[in-house]
Amino acid sequence: MVKTATNLCGIEMSNPVIPASGTFGYGYEFAELYDINCLGTFSFKGTTKDPRFGNPTPRIAECPAGMINAVGLQNPGVEKVISEELPKLAKCFSKPVMANVSGFSVEDYAYTCEKLDKCEQVGWLEVNVSCPNVHGGGMSFGTSPEAAAQVTKAVKAVTTKPVIIKLSPNVTDIVSIAKACEEAGADGISLINTLLGMRIDLKTKKPVIANKMGGFSGSAIFPVAVRMVYQVYEAVNIPIVGMGGVSSAEDVIEMMLAGASAVQVGAANLIDPFVCRDIVNNLPEVMKKYGITDLKEIIGGAH
Amino acid sequence: MQQSIFTVRSNICLAKGVYEMVLGGNGKSVTAPGQFINIKLDGFFLRRPISVCDWSDDSITIIYKVVGKGTEYMAKLEAGAELDVLTGLGNGYDMSKSGETALLIGGGAGVPPLYGLAKRLIAEGKKVKVILGFNTADEVFYEENFKAIGAETYVTTVDGSHGIKGFVTNAFEAAGGYDHTYSCGPEPMLKAVYNASETSGQYSFEERMGCGFGACMGCSCKTKYGNKRICKDGPVLIKEEIIW
Repeated sequence: MVKTATNLCGIEMSNPVIPASGTFGYGYEFAELYDINCLGTFSFKGTTKDPRFGNPTPRIAECPAGMINAVGLQNPGVEKVISEELPKLAKCFSKPVMANVSGFSVEDYAYTCEKLDKCEQVGWLEVNVSCPNVHGGGMSFGTSPEAAAQVTKAVKAVTTKPVIIKLSPNVTDIVSIAKACEEAGADGISLINTLLGMRIDLKTKKPVIANKMGGFSGSAIFPVAVRMVYQVYEAVNIPIVGMGGVSSAEDVIEMMLAGASAVQVGAANLIDPFVCRDIVNNLPEVMKKYGITDLKEIIGGAH
Repeated sequence: MQQSIFTVRSNICLAKGVYEMVLGGNGKSVTAPGQFINIKLDGFFLRRPISVCDWSDDSITIIYKVVGKGTEYMAKLEAGAELDVLTGLGNGYDMSKSGETALLIGGGAGVPPLYGLAKRLIAEGKKVKVILGFNTADEVFYEENFKAIGAETYVTTVDGSHGIKGFVTNAFEAAGGYDHTYSCGPEPMLKAVYNASETSGQYSFEERMGCGFGACMGCSCKTKYGNKRICKDGPVLIKEEIIW
């Protein structure tokens, strides 16, 4: 009997598989398809202080082995998330959920996190300082160590639950940003968000996406993500949530060997709505195949 | 929504760049005309959303236009090929709103879902009038199929090479009275129908999609009744809620 359990910032999870924010809504769409309690947890749709429609369409472009999205943080705003989405989720998910938060100012982040921190269902706060699809916020907080630390401090000051800062790969030195977050009190780091990308339509000779650029995700970015998780693991002592192009139990194990305590699955959910359930089901067999008896023991095993 | 494997039974060219594919498999998950399926293709990251033309308990018929590499790949599939398909996607048309006489208006690749709708409305004893719009005679398909099920059928071509010359709205006069419209086609056509029709109606929209089942917010639009996802809350919107 292999052990698939892991621990993320003091919260025990039955397995490390977490559908990533923006690919799983607020959970209940998927709960119609299978019992989502089989997941380690999931990170819900990026939530902001005020409701947002997001960017104009088209918001999606296909790429070889991946896709670009520029949704732009469409969400009903934190009040409605708490009053409408979380009660709906409570009916189909009994584990602590990861609350994903975005903002346009340090105050925004603190405001939204403080509200969600009080929700019993919320286990972790995942603070997204890396959304490439919004202007005047999002990624701009995740591209300098100072700004990332400032957001971290502000959120930590008003919350009690573990705060995980979600970092952007669109930086020169992700390690210095991860370290700044750790020093500012972050309980964990999640990485990587999408890579800034673009496609141009040969017929119209214009960008495919209305926002011109968007976040590139999917299996193509997996090696970049593994490398960055590996680098950050060497530099920090707080747990890491690894993500970027993960689509199989093998990928989950590889991410954990690089240093991840838990692993998110993003774009793959959009192609195969059952992929996270299947990864959870396949993990024990794949662990056996590689002689792994306890997942906790392999975290950072490649170092 | 259901995920299952379908087998290509036939895949034939109907008109210039337009193919009809019959897929054998569980058709029971299609619950309304106007829904779509999302097909996984080897070598392509995203699935291809294609509207359902017609269905039975053990098959789904789709008609698609070759517009890019994905549909080019589909056009080459032969009988026996297996495809991973998500079915039962989207809200589809509400048949209960048709009244006694329904006017169905389709443009180009928007024609297919109207066939399954026409067939079912006629089976319920409704009178169905159909206007099918194309650019030119080479592109016309399914005219005979609509006639064969008893729909009063009008065809328009922009260049006048077949049927009534002009756009779908040029056939409104010939078609005469109706109680409700159902339309599907390019957005300028939908807007023209919206302006030319005097009754309530349902309009099927198209948008680039990520997942096709409501998870990614890739295909959102604004309506008078709030934000909607074309893939999950649509693709069919009712006339009163549309914001152009």
